[in-house]
Amino acid sequence: MIKLINAALAIVAGVGGMLALFWILNAIVERLPGRWEERLKPYVFIGPAVALVGLFLVYPAVQTVIYSFADKNSQKWVGFENYKALWNDDNFRSALLNNLLWILVVPAVSVVIGLLIAVLADRLRPTSEKVAKSVIFMPMAISFVGASTIWRFVYDTRFAEGDEQIGLLSAITTGLGFDPVSWLRLDAWNVNDFLLMAIMIWLQAGFAMVLLSAAVKGVPEDTLEAARIDGANELQIFFRVVVPQIWPTVIVVFTTVLILVMKVFDIVYVMTGGNADTDVVANIFVEELIEFGDDGRAAAVVVVLMIAVIPVMIYQVRRFRMQEAGR
Amino acid sequence: MTQAAPTVDVDPMGGEGQKPPRAQRFTLGSVVVRATVALLCLLWLVPTIGLLVSSFRSEEAVKEDGWWTVFASPLEFSQWTLDSYDSVIFDQGMGSAFLNSIVVTVPATIIPIMIAAFAAYAFTFMRFPGRDLLFILVVGLLVVPLQVAFVPLLRLFSQYELNGTFLAVWLAHAGFGMPLAIYILRNYMASLPHEIIESAAVDGASHFRTFWSLVVPMSVPALAAYAIFQFLWVWNDLLVALLFLGAGENEVVTINLRDLIGDLGQEWHLLTAGAFISMVLPLAVFFALQRYFVRGLTAGSVKG
Amino acid sequence: MATVRFEKAQRWYPGADTPAVPGIDLEIEDGEFMVLVGPSGCGKSTTLRMLAGLEEVNSGNVYIGDRDVTKLSPKDRDIAMVFQNYALYPHMTVADNMAFALKMAKVPSEERKVRVREAAGILGLTDYLDRKPKALSGGQRQRVAMGRAIVRQPQVFLMDEPLSNLDAKMRVATRTDIAKLQADLGITTVYVTHDQIEAMTMGDRVAVMNFGELQQVDTPLSLYDRPNNRFVAGFIGSPAMNFLEGEMTDGGLRIGDYDLPVPRDVLQKATDGVVVGVRPEHFEIASDNNGIPIEVTLVEELGADAYIYGTTDVQGTPGHLVVRGLARRDVAKGSTVYVSADAERIHVFDKATEKRLN
Repeated sequence: MIKLINAALAIVAGVGGMLALFWILNAIVERLPGRWEERLKPYVFIGPAVALVGLFLVYPAVQTVIYSFADKNSQKWVGFENYKALWNDDNFRSALLNNLLWILVVPAVSVVIGLLIAVLADRLRPTSEKVAKSVIFMPMAISFVGASTIWRFVYDTRFAEGDEQIGLLSAITTGLGFDPVSWLRLDAWNVNDFLLMAIMIWLQAGFAMVLLSAAVKGVPEDTLEAARIDGANELQIFFRVVVPQIWPTVIVVFTTVLILVMKVFDIVYVMTGGNADTDVVANIFVEELIEFGDDGRAAAVVVVLMIAVIPVMIYQVRRFRMQEAGR
Repeated sequence: MTQAAPTVDVDPMGGEGQKPPRAQRFTLGSVVVRATVALLCLLWLVPTIGLLVSSFRSEEAVKEDGWWTVFASPLEFSQWTLDSYDSVIFDQGMGSAFLNSIVVTVPATIIPIMIAAFAAYAFTFMRFPGRDLLFILVVGLLVVPLQVAFVPLLRLFSQYELNGTFLAVWLAHAGFGMPLAIYILRNYMASLPHEIIESAAVDGASHFRTFWSLVVPMSVPALAAYAIFQFLWVWNDLLVALLFLGAGENEVVTINLRDLIGDLGQEWHLLTAGAFISMVLPLAVFFALQRYFVRGLTAGSVKG
Repeated sequence: MATVRFEKAQRWYPGADTPAVPGIDLEIEDGEFMVLVGPSGCGKSTTLRMLAGLEEVNSGNVYIGDRDVTKLSPKDRDIAMVFQNYALYPHMTVADNMAFALKMAKVPSEERKVRVREAAGILGLTDYLDRKPKALSGGQRQRVAMGRAIVRQPQVFLMDEPLSNLDAKMRVATRTDIAKLQADLGITTVYVTHDQIEAMTMGDRVAVMNFGELQQVDTPLSLYDRPNNRFVAGFIGSPAMNFLEGEMTDGGLRIGDYDLPVPRDVLQKATDGVVVGVRPEHFEIASDNNGIPIEVTLVEELGADAYIYGTTDVQGTPGHLVVRGLARRDVAKGSTVYVSADAERIHVFDKATEKRLN
């Protein structure tokens, strides 16, 4: 109860405080002579946001780069030692490879499934379409931890003689006469990685579907009709008329999922803890930070992540510029 | 031509009878279509159903055989029980974690929206030196992994003894959510008719007034969309909570659930109830406000 | 109520190579309906927006009455503006839309109500005061936008293409409504349009602009009868004026085999040849073969009269000519007719400077 009251107070104080801040700053600026008012007002409006972004993203990012060249408590400089240590760490290298697999597979499969549902459901009756889409979209609301719990009931395996399988996947495979397999330890052909990725795809396909569906519905009807009159069959229409027109959205979805995948650690952290060759870079960061308390290494891991993100960032900014130019 | 606030004209979730003759859009065998969609839906639903069903079964039952066996005799009510919920909520602390999650989530959703709305207004409707550069920075930060912030912030917070407090997570979420909030809101505001803002200026409204009386009411769809987005994100977050709040008195549902998985890995019945409790609120919010959410997602990224 | 005066007002958009409006000088009298007209990109909207305060004035001054408003923000200028898209506030009712500016000016709520009712009465919006803009037709929205301006009782009305979103019929009806309303209220009005018919029918005076410069400011009829230069001549009037070139002779212009008399003193002013403009209605079909031969490609029968479109290969003519003829004369497509110009009503322009010579 006390907690709830505290929360209510916090909300009132936080929101009210922000409002008061804006109001007071605005009142002060409005008292200034005309020119100065016009000049300063924008900074009153963006000030708090810039302060937050500066304090919570820009400053820490710079600081993190600095820490990555220092020892675990940032007491002395170690040059590139942290990076060297990471590079020589087999686990880290395998995590890099795993990450590469993740960022290729997850966005691509999410896009394909999302597009498939978007296009197919478009042909159903309105109610069925709505239901089908809600079902696919629903996992968006579920946390990675929650999803991991859900999927434990799929991937669990029992080995003891006479035990029934309570994991769905094992129940199916043993039902078909195969021996029970410990799915998440199965690192041949990266099977366990793919099983973890399935969880991510399960979570993200709905997002892809929503955006792609909007794009597909936005394709002007007359271009389809024109193609039909020009003698194209439905498949040709899809690949030659629809897909090119929704391509920008496909790219947007792909990059958005890709960025999310790069940052994701929860699934691996909860499901396998990075064992059996399933580690990813974001999880190594948490390991270094919490388990080993090595801030220098952890910072170096983040810097690697940041560098990996730079191409996406450049692409994002360029896309934004083009979008603005066309506005 | 109209001055109504712009909306996405098609509802990507479909339905509402607003389907033009799309039935004839593609004419491939509709049986195949229906079967494929049905199969995918089933695939998507089954894991969740398994969790839901299991959470109402007794401990022995959960551990002994698969949840699907209940469908042999679903009406045998003796097999259903709320024991797992009882145990998770009261013995494992999920109840208080649920309250903590609310305490964390509500302010962490409202505060950044307000701050971002002011900033988005300035980025859209005001001219000032450095505007474009600052906004490009915001766009760039959209993709920066928030892991960059943790090491320095942990130290900063510990200097002020903020680690483990709600204030720390509120601030952190407000900061981390800012780029996306500004980006979504600015994109939306930029699609409002510029003339309305000019008209307000001619009518004698100050920027502050224009913001509150015109831009905020007209931006409700985007504000709602971002609010849902941030709510889900904060509620479902494990990373920020793990590092700044940790386990203990103030722990939130994701942390509690992680502990259930980690410490009581074999207590399957508790896991199911715990997971389901952690999902209830976001799922409810999600289904109630799905429309806004979808609209916000599409408005935010489909443009261009 | 007030006069409006631009003194060398310049607008140069940041980053542009040339100014959008290099420096405009214009005086608008108290109570006058002034129309700014020109092709798109001619700077007419920019000029209006400088007056509104929505566009910075880089140099020069703008006055409303005796007040120098150059540096004032829009809200301090005592103006009201009607926008092309009306810019109605979508979440407010018609009444709230109209009262918004009054509220900003801290007018007491009783008086607000009275003034809104009054304006709504004038515009026939009384029954719609509680509706939201979304529930109104295009014409009604346009009137709400007008109403928003009227309730202000400002010194100057500014209108930026307020009719261009209406359908053709509505546009004609609203055109006269606005002109009449303005005459009744007697408020100085600056009206921007690209439609020269609107300009001709509504304005007390019309300012024709091109490339950011004023070409001519005059009453509609003077613009039509005595255009200052070739641009104005071509812009005002529909179908547009025909321009002919020919060989200068003593006391005239020779176009093919046709002699067009032009006074000698006019020709002498020319620096390098002349261009003669003839409006379609100032051609007549010559009874004999004394005229410019044109081959008829199209006849537009309008009932009251007819426009004959034809081509000609005579040197110096534009190739295409439009001639107004009498209706129902059965001029056959493909036939050749000879046309001669009314020498009293021709417009002579200098070929190089494009200025009027006669």
